[in-house]
Amino acid sequence: MKQIGMGLSRIGIATAAMAFSLPGMAAVDRWKLNMTPGVTDVSQQVYDLHMIVLWICVVIGVLVFGAMGVAMFRFRKSRGAIAEKWAHNDKAELVLTIIPVLILISMAWPATKVLIEMADTRDAEMTIEVTGYQWKWGYRYVDSGVSFISSLARDSDDTRQLGSGLDPHSVKNYLLDVDRPLVIPADTKVRFVITAGDVIHSWWVPALGWKQDAIPGIINDQWTLVKEPGIYRGQCAELCGKDHGFMPIVVEVKPKAEFEQWLAAQQGANAGAEPVATLAEPVAAEAAPSQG
Amino acid sequence: MAHDASTHHDDHDHKPHGFVNRWLYATNHKDIGTMYLVFSLVMFFLGGLMAMVIRGELMFPGLQLIEPEFFNQMTTMHALVMIFGAVMPAFVGLANWMIPMMVGAPDMALPRMNNWSFWIMPFAFTTLLLPLALKVFFDIGGGGPAGGWTLYPPLSLQGGDSVAFTIFAVHMMGISSIMGAINIIATILNMRAPGMDLLKMPVFVWSWLITAFLLIAVMPVLAGAVTMLLTDKFFGTTFFSATGGGDPVMFQHIFWFFGHPEVYIMILPAFGIVSEIIPTFSRKPLFGYKAMVYAIASIAFLSFIVWAHHMFTVGMPLGGELFFMYATMLIAVPTGIKVFNWVFTMWKGSMTFETPMLFALAFVILFSIGGFSGLMLAIVPADFQYHDTYFVVAHFHYVLVTGAIFSVMAAVYYWLPKWTGRMYNERLGKIHFWASAISVNVLFFPQHFLGLAGMPRRIPDYNVAFADWNLVSSLGGFAFGLTQLLFAYIVWDCSRNKSLAKATDQVWEGAHGLEWTLSSPPPYHSFTTPPVITDSMLAHGNVAH
Amino acid sequence: MGQTETHDPNIYYVPHASRWPIIATLALFTTMIGAALTVNKVAVGHYVLYAGLAALVFMLFGWFGDVIRESVKGFYNRQVDVSFRMGMIWFIFSEVMFFAAFFGALFYARMFVVPWLGGEGDGALTHEFIWSGYSSAWPTNGPLKVGGMFETIGAWGLPFLNTLILLTSGITVTIAHHALRAGERGKLLTFLGVTVALGMLFLYFQATEYYHAYHELGLTLGSGIYGSTFFMLTGFHGLHVTLGTIMLLVIWFRCAKGHFSRDHHFGFEAVAWYWHFVDVVWLGLFLFVYVL
Ligand code: HEA
Ligand code: HEA
Ligand code: CUA
Ligand SMILES: [Cu+2]
Repeated sequence: MKQIGMGLSRIGIATAAMAFSLPGMAAVDRWKLNMTPGVTDVSQQVYDLHMIVLWICVVIGVLVFGAMGVAMFRFRKSRGAIAEKWAHNDKAELVLTIIPVLILISMAWPATKVLIEMADTRDAEMTIEVTGYQWKWGYRYVDSGVSFISSLARDSDDTRQLGSGLDPHSVKNYLLDVDRPLVIPADTKVRFVITAGDVIHSWWVPALGWKQDAIPGIINDQWTLVKEPGIYRGQCAELCGKDHGFMPIVVEVKPKAEFEQWLAAQQGANAGAEPVATLAEPVAAEAAPSQG
Repeated sequence: MAHDASTHHDDHDHKPHGFVNRWLYATNHKDIGTMYLVFSLVMFFLGGLMAMVIRGELMFPGLQLIEPEFFNQMTTMHALVMIFGAVMPAFVGLANWMIPMMVGAPDMALPRMNNWSFWIMPFAFTTLLLPLALKVFFDIGGGGPAGGWTLYPPLSLQGGDSVAFTIFAVHMMGISSIMGAINIIATILNMRAPGMDLLKMPVFVWSWLITAFLLIAVMPVLAGAVTMLLTDKFFGTTFFSATGGGDPVMFQHIFWFFGHPEVYIMILPAFGIVSEIIPTFSRKPLFGYKAMVYAIASIAFLSFIVWAHHMFTVGMPLGGELFFMYATMLIAVPTGIKVFNWVFTMWKGSMTFETPMLFALAFVILFSIGGFSGLMLAIVPADFQYHDTYFVVAHFHYVLVTGAIFSVMAAVYYWLPKWTGRMYNERLGKIHFWASAISVNVLFFPQHFLGLAGMPRRIPDYNVAFADWNLVSSLGGFAFGLTQLLFAYIVWDCSRNKSLAKATDQVWEGAHGLEWTLSSPPPYHSFTTPPVITDSMLAHGNVAH
Repeated sequence: MGQTETHDPNIYYVPHASRWPIIATLALFTTMIGAALTVNKVAVGHYVLYAGLAALVFMLFGWFGDVIRESVKGFYNRQVDVSFRMGMIWFIFSEVMFFAAFFGALFYARMFVVPWLGGEGDGALTHEFIWSGYSSAWPTNGPLKVGGMFETIGAWGLPFLNTLILLTSGITVTIAHHALRAGERGKLLTFLGVTVALGMLFLYFQATEYYHAYHELGLTLGSGIYGSTFFMLTGFHGLHVTLGTIMLLVIWFRCAKGHFSRDHHFGFEAVAWYWHFVDVVWLGLFLFVYVL
């Protein structure tokens, strides 16, 4: 009950904070409505696909609901409408079966094309192994052996505790920041092989245009090719237990040369250090430790 | 009636005396229907209360009210209670009340089994809710299941004592649903009055015939899936672990082979209801009766071959992704036929807008919106972005709340005067409708934005970028929840308040169908002798062609 | 209930209120709670479970007793009979779907999972990164050899004998049915009795086989996916044979008491259908679990 009491006072603080921050806080993109076009070719195509289908649905919606609106207005009893008796019209029904089929084909066609492209992980220039754990991510650069664990940043973690009394608005990238981001080179086709060590997770960075489930004992692959250096954020997207909401993903895309430097530095630092036990940790099955 | 003297095995038109006789031992379809409906309403409030806890926590960023573990329990139980406790029993209750009256039967085909089907439900939910209740009220044990209503292993197997309770509760619900469905099929196929040919049956009856088939086909599959969870957890099997040659994804395939037909189980009877109400208040026969029936059958058929659209991100082979995408998209065609035919039914009709009609019209629009987002989800590359975000949450609440739940409300307003013999308070009904229709959109429409902006589902806390729409959604949620108290009042008032206007037998000016030829309230045994059916009694007029 | 002995045969018999369904509910509830407590290792669990099962048996006798009495009194006209038939047919269909879930698991594991883990087709990466030492084969207990070494049970020994036994029992129950219709009581009782005996024999052999598997072959429920599917399918089937045998036994006693007439014996037919269903499932099992 004490917690609830504290919670309620937090709500007060939060409301005040929000009222305050409405004009300020340019950093956060508020009242956002739509999907991000992302930063890769693929993500752009996914976005376009999303917009095509959305607009088709909007148009159909306008037509159908418009017709309903007209019917509701014109054929209401209070305006003296008298009901007619007909109850079918085979031609109309046929037409209204065929048209949707055609519309669907026009959506399925581009969708198929994009999907085939996304499935093609050949010719990747480097491979990164991603392993989901409760509740953090393990990364391993397969070719260079660099590996590390990436977990929720400290300030977010402190703030997110129940009744912490801290204000999420004051934390930069609240819940979307990690201690060690994944670093990848720009302009490079990077292949991810994704798995998990305990339960199912899902690796998702919206700016890359896809998410991929991390399944214990199984490898899934995906790829990306980012042109522009930058920092892109995402989250675990499959319920994985109590801290599912607290295992973000941060991808830092560096220019190729800078990336090489970074990797070399990591290799130096990693040498001697215990390599992170990533997958192939087949004890995975204990997957189900019963807590009795 | 002539045969009265010879057949009072059940004090004919006199209800059994006493609470135990009438309710615990009930064999009467109306009594059992009433119990189903009341149970469903209680569960709706319970599941809604959990939803309020969810929305309360999500109102602001940061954790204010509950721990994440408890949040996950709320999400899981909210869904299980709403799906198996609120929506399904509501439809079964309506089937119990209406199908015998609509096909001209005295009662359900297997009345005692009917009783058993019902009474299992409260006990199944006791079993399901027990671990959660122990935790909340006595702080015993670890609380309820927290792995999501989809129960995916290995996560679901990490739960404590609640796992076994959940699994056995699901078994009980399965037994109940299967028996209920068998009863409905037997009633429809075997108890129709002479002249009530299959293709003259009201669409509601048709929709239930097909729904019952779906239930019998998929509830056992769910039972099988949870049985394998049980043995994986307690008896050392490795169905869902790669170490022993199994696969966690295999559970998802089996679960969704049940799960997708399940969502149509929750919408086909709604289609039936709306197909009864729109003609009545348009005063015009249902447009394309046969097409409506075939459309329901096609949807049911397709529902068996689209399950993996819930699993586009698990890493299926490309061919599988494409197949499931195409098959899923196809469902828009028969569903479109239904929507178009409802609009054609209104066209050149003579419409009035009583509460049931308002809910039915809102259903057509809002369900379609949910259908559109469903279609978007079916586009695999786009689903890679949508999956497991609030966009999905918005989708399924549109089809479930403004779809299934709205249809149940429409049905209750439509048939309540028949059941009680009194007109409900129309003014309050309209207020209930408008308050619901507005607040529900405030509640769920912004969730589309949240999902597209990147908010995952099943999280108790989020980045501040999502704060504004979450606040809007929560406020809409509280308003929608409070509005439902009005619904409960209206129903209670209509069944108790003797000063309300008496309902006529036909109740609605444009109503057709056998149920409207009976008195309001109808006799205890609906049709003790099979009625003689004339075309004017049929709901949809000239179906000859 | 003002129950009278006569019933108008033209009117559907709506049975009077009955206390059996609620007893059935309580029995089921007790059983399920007992089972949940038992698997959770709560001390009193199995007592609750047994109490529940006992109550279920009591309920079945009571409920069917009522039904039989009403049937004998001739309350059930043709239409009621059809309702019962439909009930039984759809019940059997639901059982078919229950088995389908387990068969589905078997097929999916054999056709997809095991080959993938072994590196075939889409499983190449999974194999390369996690289970590189594993080569797929059937039977298997997976890459980690869960449950240790085991041998399988050959198809052409006891299982084949059991196939013959079940097929024969299918024939004997049919002969019994014909005898019933021809009014030959002696033959009816003999062949029905033989059917019961065959059912018991089947169960005896299956028990022997299980004993052999557990004690000599190392094949258990925990023997990876092979053991899981093997015991789940055959065990679940064995449960059905047990139920079927008990039902046949009850029917034998009812025949002996003369409950059935030549053209009014739905109880007999329902059990015969059930028995044939159990028979057919076995053929599927024999083929897919033992032979292939
Ligand atoms: C009543 C319940 C119900 C109904 C009816 C539907 C209907 C549909 N659903 Fe939905 N769905 C759910 C309940 C339901 N769904 C639930 C509960 C989940 C989430 C489960 C979970 O993960 O917890 C889900 C999730 C879900 C997913 C998975 C998303 C994900 O997790 O990534 C997908 C993907 O394809 C999907 C698709 C569809 C489609 C294509 C329809 C179609 O049937 C819709 C068809 C209707 C229309 C299209 C509108 C009307 C048509 C016209 C006006 C004609 C013209 C239109 C065109 C030609 C476009 N649904
Ligand atoms: C038929 C099914 C159904 C119905 C009717 C609803 C109804 C509602 N649902 Fe839910 N929901 C699901 C099925 C359903 N839901 C499913 C399947 C999931 C997925 C679960 C999972 O991820 O595993 C889900 C998940 C889900 C989430 C996402 C949780 C998460 O991902 O973490 C949310 C969040 O907003 C939500 C909200 C609501 C709300 C506000 C309502 C409202 O419509 C409820 C309104 C009703 C009431 C409120 C009750 C009546 C009133 C009172 C009790 C009086 C008291 C009122 C106040 C105190 C204001 N639901
Ligand atoms: Cu990891 Cu969710
Ligand atoms: Cu689906």
